[in-house]
Amino acid sequence: MTSLAPPTKQVWWREHIEKGELIWITVVVVWGIIMTLMMPFWHVYGDQNLSGETYKTTPAAFLEKTQAVVDQWTVRTEGQFNKPVVKPPVGADIYLVGRLWDWWPSYELEAGQSYRMHIMSTDWQHGFSLQPANINLQVLPGYDAVITVTPNKAGEYAIVCNEYCGVGHHNMVGKIYVTEGRG
Amino acid sequence: MSNGAMFRTCPDTGLKFHRPAESLMKANAVAAVVFLLVGGFFGLLVGLTRWPEVHLLEAESFYLVLTGHGINVLIFWIIFFEMAVLQFCSSTLLGCRLATPQLAWTAWGLMVAGALINNYAVLWLGNSSVMMTSYAPMPADPLFYLGLILFAVGALINCFIFLATLVIARSERTYQGSIPLVTFGALTAAIIAIFTIASGAIILIPTFLWSVGIVSNIDAGVYRLIWWAFGHSSQQINVSAHVAVWYAIAAIVFGAKPLSEKVSRVAFLMYIAVLQIASAHHLLVDPGLSSEWKIFNTSYAMYLAVMASMVHGLTVPGSIEAAQRARGLNSGLFEWLRKAPWGNPVFSGMFLSLVGFGVLGGITGVVMGAEQINLVMHNTLYVPGHFHGTVVVGTTLAFMALTYWLVPILFRRELILPKLASWQPYIFGLGMAGVALFLMGAGTLGVPRRHWDILFSGAADGGYEFSAAALTMMSLNGMSVVLACLGGALFILIVVGSLLFGRRLDEGAKVGREMIAATPADSAYKGIGVGAITIPGTLAMVFVFFAAFVLYYFINWKYLAETWGIS
Repeated sequence: MTSLAPPTKQVWWREHIEKGELIWITVVVVWGIIMTLMMPFWHVYGDQNLSGETYKTTPAAFLEKTQAVVDQWTVRTEGQFNKPVVKPPVGADIYLVGRLWDWWPSYELEAGQSYRMHIMSTDWQHGFSLQPANINLQVLPGYDAVITVTPNKAGEYAIVCNEYCGVGHHNMVGKIYVTEGRG
Repeated sequence: MSNGAMFRTCPDTGLKFHRPAESLMKANAVAAVVFLLVGGFFGLLVGLTRWPEVHLLEAESFYLVLTGHGINVLIFWIIFFEMAVLQFCSSTLLGCRLATPQLAWTAWGLMVAGALINNYAVLWLGNSSVMMTSYAPMPADPLFYLGLILFAVGALINCFIFLATLVIARSERTYQGSIPLVTFGALTAAIIAIFTIASGAIILIPTFLWSVGIVSNIDAGVYRLIWWAFGHSSQQINVSAHVAVWYAIAAIVFGAKPLSEKVSRVAFLMYIAVLQIASAHHLLVDPGLSSEWKIFNTSYAMYLAVMASMVHGLTVPGSIEAAQRARGLNSGLFEWLRKAPWGNPVFSGMFLSLVGFGVLGGITGVVMGAEQINLVMHNTLYVPGHFHGTVVVGTTLAFMALTYWLVPILFRRELILPKLASWQPYIFGLGMAGVALFLMGAGTLGVPRRHWDILFSGAADGGYEFSAAALTMMSLNGMSVVLACLGGALFILIVVGSLLFGRRLDEGAKVGREMIAATPADSAYKGIGVGAITIPGTLAMVFVFFAAFVLYYFINWKYLAETWGIS
């Protein structure tokens, strides 16, 4: 009988399976296993993995740490609002605030070096989208997320907000400069 | 009411329609189409605004319309239609009275009221442009959440009425043995819907209380975790429902029977089995979640739901192939497909839905859902590109195709403009495939979703200059949106026109065409195909699909490997 009517056999799980179906099911199961293993494999052999390191904190505490970084390592300011450009030492903990409608401060990093970047929102949800590297992270208020970044190419990068955050969302852009490493 | 007055036997199909259920199906289907019209029109405005050369709306209106677009089509159109599908698959396919029709009318009323209240908050009050996801702590008007809650309660009631109808059918012995496969698919959709709506209640009720000041704080991370148990699972309802519709159309147009009831039913069960954790792939780049948790949950423990869809992707066309071969179209690999009724929108819509869902929606969803690859795709236009493949080319086109059959069978009206109707699935399908492809192309180049101005004309210190290729993708997307909307408008014109002006098929009057194809005799199935393989054409197609899948999957790992190191 068709799919619109009850099956002919009372006990449908004892039906025979088409050979074509069996072949395809085997392929699909093996492929599912490969895809599942690909993710732990990349954790071992790949260079793009999130550690998941996160701290619950408050906007005030996070802003205080960000201010300390700005006070210590700002090399210049730029733009209409004199946004600080911070050049931290290699390996430093650096802090990036996402807020309505700004990424603060800007950074200058060295290619080939690693930095522990803390990212948090102090108000609504935001989306960290680093272009043209195309690295995208969800940014939440109250969650200080730590990612260790290693820029691989010198250049000027923009941080676009890609989580809708109100009418100024499309104007929320930040900057990261990457300079050639000292080799 | 006597039994005779309670039921109508369809002269074309022999299906027994319970009259109160029939009215309810009509009411739900009509509501669905109304919200498709509203949401689809908003989709046109969104597409025209994101077309850089056109940039139609102002920022505030854009975000408002984008919110309305998502909610009206993704929630209201699809779920209203699914309510009609549930009623059809229980009451009509089992030839049984629908449980508590009055309560089902209450449910319908709640859903209509909820949808109107939500739209009132978004469109009229204008203070609820929070997108479909309404991520806390960005606030919407309390009526926004209240509308969604009322709508969900209505849908939940309908799910329980569906289950109650199955119980009645069993106890009144309106059918023998097991329920039909299509009803089985609808049952999995209903079970998933109950879980989904429970998750929705767990998050939307506190959020509503927060919006009126009773709850003091909603944690952004917890909101996302629970909201996606609702938001993702609701897409799993759609998949179950539209796969059930595929099987139904295969039976309607070809008299096809499942290759194996066992395989198809187990595949449906797999959708339920790992459902509760599947939503994790929306949280792959969220803070506070471990990689172990993400990997286990995003792979649905082992990609079980993906496997299920890939199995249906073989068994649905496979059952059509077998039926066509049994009917004598047995030569070569593809005679059965070449000689399929491509001019019948019931078939063409369903087949385009099947191919589009698998290729455009399926492959890309799995790729994007790999933990690390998500880093280069999250919240870019790749995401809406993917789900326009699943929910629009997949679910919406499947529902449109079924509607062409329901107009004469359920509404008893002859379809008007049949020539145009035979073109409609191609216009809509091609346009929407373009939308999916070009959005994904732009997303791959980093273009953000839900963004009014990727030229950053108002950014204080300059913005970012997206590549010329990215902007071209956005223009091509705009053109595809126009084409898709033309297809959508044709659908509404034909369906609403038929309901109002189509030739009335009075009691006993026949459509005059075969409305459910006869099933080929079992003996005709003997010796079809090539050698031991009865469905060689379908197997060839799924292997081409598989090669594309594997290739595209590893290309994206390569693409990921080229960006900054992250640990």
